[in-house]
Amino acid sequence: MHPLLKVENLSVGFGRGDDVVSGVNFEVQPGQTLAIVGESGSGKTVTCRAILRILPKIAEIRSGTITLNGNNGPLDLTAMSERKLRDVRGNTVSMIFQEPMRSLSPLHKIGNQVAEVLWLHRGLSEKAAKREVLEKFERVGFPDPERAYGSYSFEMSGGMRQRAMIAMAMVAKPDLLIADEPTTALDVTTQAQVLGLIKELQHETGMAMILVTHDLGIVANMAEEVVVMNKGRVMESGPATAMLRAPAHPYTQQLFDAAPSIPAVAAPAEPLSEQDLILQLKNVSKTYTMRAGSSWKDPVLIHACRGVDLNLPRGKTLAIVGESGSGKTTAARIALGAEPPDEGGEVLFRSNPQGEAILVNKMNKAARTAFQEQAQMVFQDPYSSLSPRQRILSTLTEPLEIHKIGSKSEQNDQAARMLRRVGLNDDMLQRFPHAFSGGQRQRLSIARALMLDPALLVCDEPTSALDVSVQEQILTLLEELRDRMNLSYLFISHDLAVVARVADEVAVMRQGLVVEQAPPDTLFYNPKHPYTKALIAAQPTPDIDRPINLKLVAQGAGSPDSWPEAYRFSDTVVPSLSELEPGHKVRCHV
Amino acid sequence: MAILRYAIYRFGTMVLTLWVVSILIFAIINLPPGDYLSNQIAELRASGQTSGVAKVEFLRREYALDRSLTAQYLIWVGFIPGPQGFSGLIQGNFGWSFEFDRPVAEIVGESLWLTVLVNLAAVLFVYMVALPLGVLAAAKSKTWVDYSAAFVGYLGLATPNFLLALIMFYYGHKYFDLPIGGLMDPSFEGEPMSLDKVKSILVHLIVPTFVIGTSGAAAMMQRLRANLLDELGKPYVETAIAKGMSPPRMLAKYPLRMAFNPFVADIGNLLPSMISGSVLVSVVLGLQTIGPTLLTALKTQDQFLAGFVLMFVALLTLFGTMISDVMLMLLDPRIQYEGRET
Repeated sequence: MHPLLKVENLSVGFGRGDDVVSGVNFEVQPGQTLAIVGESGSGKTVTCRAILRILPKIAEIRSGTITLNGNNGPLDLTAMSERKLRDVRGNTVSMIFQEPMRSLSPLHKIGNQVAEVLWLHRGLSEKAAKREVLEKFERVGFPDPERAYGSYSFEMSGGMRQRAMIAMAMVAKPDLLIADEPTTALDVTTQAQVLGLIKELQHETGMAMILVTHDLGIVANMAEEVVVMNKGRVMESGPATAMLRAPAHPYTQQLFDAAPSIPAVAAPAEPLSEQDLILQLKNVSKTYTMRAGSSWKDPVLIHACRGVDLNLPRGKTLAIVGESGSGKTTAARIALGAEPPDEGGEVLFRSNPQGEAILVNKMNKAARTAFQEQAQMVFQDPYSSLSPRQRILSTLTEPLEIHKIGSKSEQNDQAARMLRRVGLNDDMLQRFPHAFSGGQRQRLSIARALMLDPALLVCDEPTSALDVSVQEQILTLLEELRDRMNLSYLFISHDLAVVARVADEVAVMRQGLVVEQAPPDTLFYNPKHPYTKALIAAQPTPDIDRPINLKLVAQGAGSPDSWPEAYRFSDTVVPSLSELEPGHKVRCHV
Repeated sequence: MAILRYAIYRFGTMVLTLWVVSILIFAIINLPPGDYLSNQIAELRASGQTSGVAKVEFLRREYALDRSLTAQYLIWVGFIPGPQGFSGLIQGNFGWSFEFDRPVAEIVGESLWLTVLVNLAAVLFVYMVALPLGVLAAAKSKTWVDYSAAFVGYLGLATPNFLLALIMFYYGHKYFDLPIGGLMDPSFEGEPMSLDKVKSILVHLIVPTFVIGTSGAAAMMQRLRANLLDELGKPYVETAIAKGMSPPRMLAKYPLRMAFNPFVADIGNLLPSMISGSVLVSVVLGLQTIGPTLLTALKTQDQFLAGFVLMFVALLTLFGTMISDVMLMLLDPRIQYEGRET
């Protein structure tokens, strides 16, 4: 049997630079899924885009052939004219991109954008195309296809937009689908459902797929064949089962070691001691008022946080886990005093075990300054959280200047010391942020947070913008610093696997409420809440014997109305958080 | 019908703004001490012509210039009755020009429409030139097409309009037999509209349109190019290419639509800057537009004439912004749906 797609000795370069992809070979059989795995800069995206020649202007295919064995005989995609290639794009080979938020035009209705594929390639009339598109919409899971057809992309959630993208890619019944990190921008339960959908559609249509991803967990769930890339070259390729069980190349091995995962077997852990709490959130709620579209409608109240009670013991890590919109970031902002909680909520902070507690939500100016020295933040995106026009030295000494601590030379010494402590060299002090990689930048932003010698660090998704191997290093660094400097962490994350590794206690949030709370091992050993179960089940693990359990995901990820009776909540009726066993709390009606 | 509601709402705010503008205009015109008539009286007395003083005194009473400023304003707009009853802007009486000793409506009459005509022609010119050139420059960015478009554009921006006007006249007349000066052949002035008159006006329009429009077109072209280049790097463009669309069709349907917003939003700003910018050109070219009249009126404190011309320019501006706002709403669904619950 001929392979559907055969890539031979493909090399791509930008301008006069070195090859960014060099000598890549692989084949895709009809109906098969091939995963291209790699970290940023591995050339995986350039490789998959070279197939349809959707490359930046300065990119150039320097050598190699890409042969597509479609219904009309073999076609050489690299040698084909642009005009002929347009008949292949979207028709025989289609593509899904990473960012569903930005991959659809906000000015055109979804239906128009999807049906366009049929107008272009099938010459269908508007009516006939609409009929087919509605069918596809129903298939990809739009509850009301007719409505979706007339909607704009900004009226839909990320998951729904990606479903629309999938419908667009599938509507012409292609032989090959290229998916470039199709679920990276989505929440983990949405990701599980979208991956499940793609797999189902593939079974139905017999279409082949090239799946580009950085996540070995997704590979284990989706792929039959794997190509591992690093720095533009193929490190290892072969059947997924064999490679996932026994990776041969050291680089693949390294990727596996770095990938965090939820432990397969866990034993319940001892509850945390509740003495010597550095931070306490008591009955913290936050309601935002959103102005309604027209003045004669009531404004909409958004409950970002509802009655959150959390305790962080000194020297420990408390993680808040949840998807976008769960209220985890709001809780962290309130903990830092960046925003006041609603009336009745309290945030208490004790800088040392003997000291008096500060009421964070009612600080005067002096108390606030003192508190800011004690509580610092590490941000999510190391690319935008450092000023590109400030040298590292001035970025690091700025907090000391603001708080008027030490002389100039003492400040500089402290900056050099912190830089060494986070694993960088102090000869980097005079550089600008652009000279650093993503991981190094995150080290810098940790160093900046540590300059004032704080007791509490709030980490808002500190690793979600980083590659897995770098993520591993940053997490190790954070753990090491915590033990060495006796820090306490409030750790915000959407990733249970990361949390599993660093946290001493996990609070799972959904729609502003903590739904379950326990030490991570207890949580993984005995998850009670349907939403926690869904989160755990949705987490892709690089273990071929632990596929995503879509049934569990579907049960827990939906709206609270779809949960079993005992766990349901609404705007008005909320069950209380009750303690099942010592240190394990679940929100349910008893 | 959200769009209709919006248009009505915008019209309401426009009327309100116009009212505020009328107060401002009246206040500013009356800021310098004295008025046209008191200047005149002083002059007559100085030269001993006491007989004329009685007539001017009569005019003062007739046009309520002896009343308080507030009353003068209210009479001018037509909110309260003046010496001749309700007879202000609202009632369609634009007042009397002391300088020309004729009703404002009569002086302004034709030149009003010629102003609108010249400026509309210039705006059309701006869009007709900027749109294709801007798109071309963006689509072929960093090639000779782009560079030569930018060169021509900067040339247009950098050349002073009056200089361009003189050059155009000279060469236009020498090689294309274009008429020099004016907006119509002198024989048609004051004549009723006829086919020949329209033809004459159109031929005379060529040079002024070009002169007034060039700099605007150059600026607009550069802006469109920059916007379009931004849009071309967005992921939805890749999606469209991956669909198998041809580049021209893709360009027109997706990124151009997005780049169009600032283009449309500029309609409102373009009108006033052109009218005030074209005063000098009008003087040089001898155009019978409102610009030179405004200049004289302001210099001689001919308050009703100046006030009316300024009000007219304000009205044009507000109309322009209103049109661009409503068009933006039609073009961009995000504006219409903003704040809608999702």
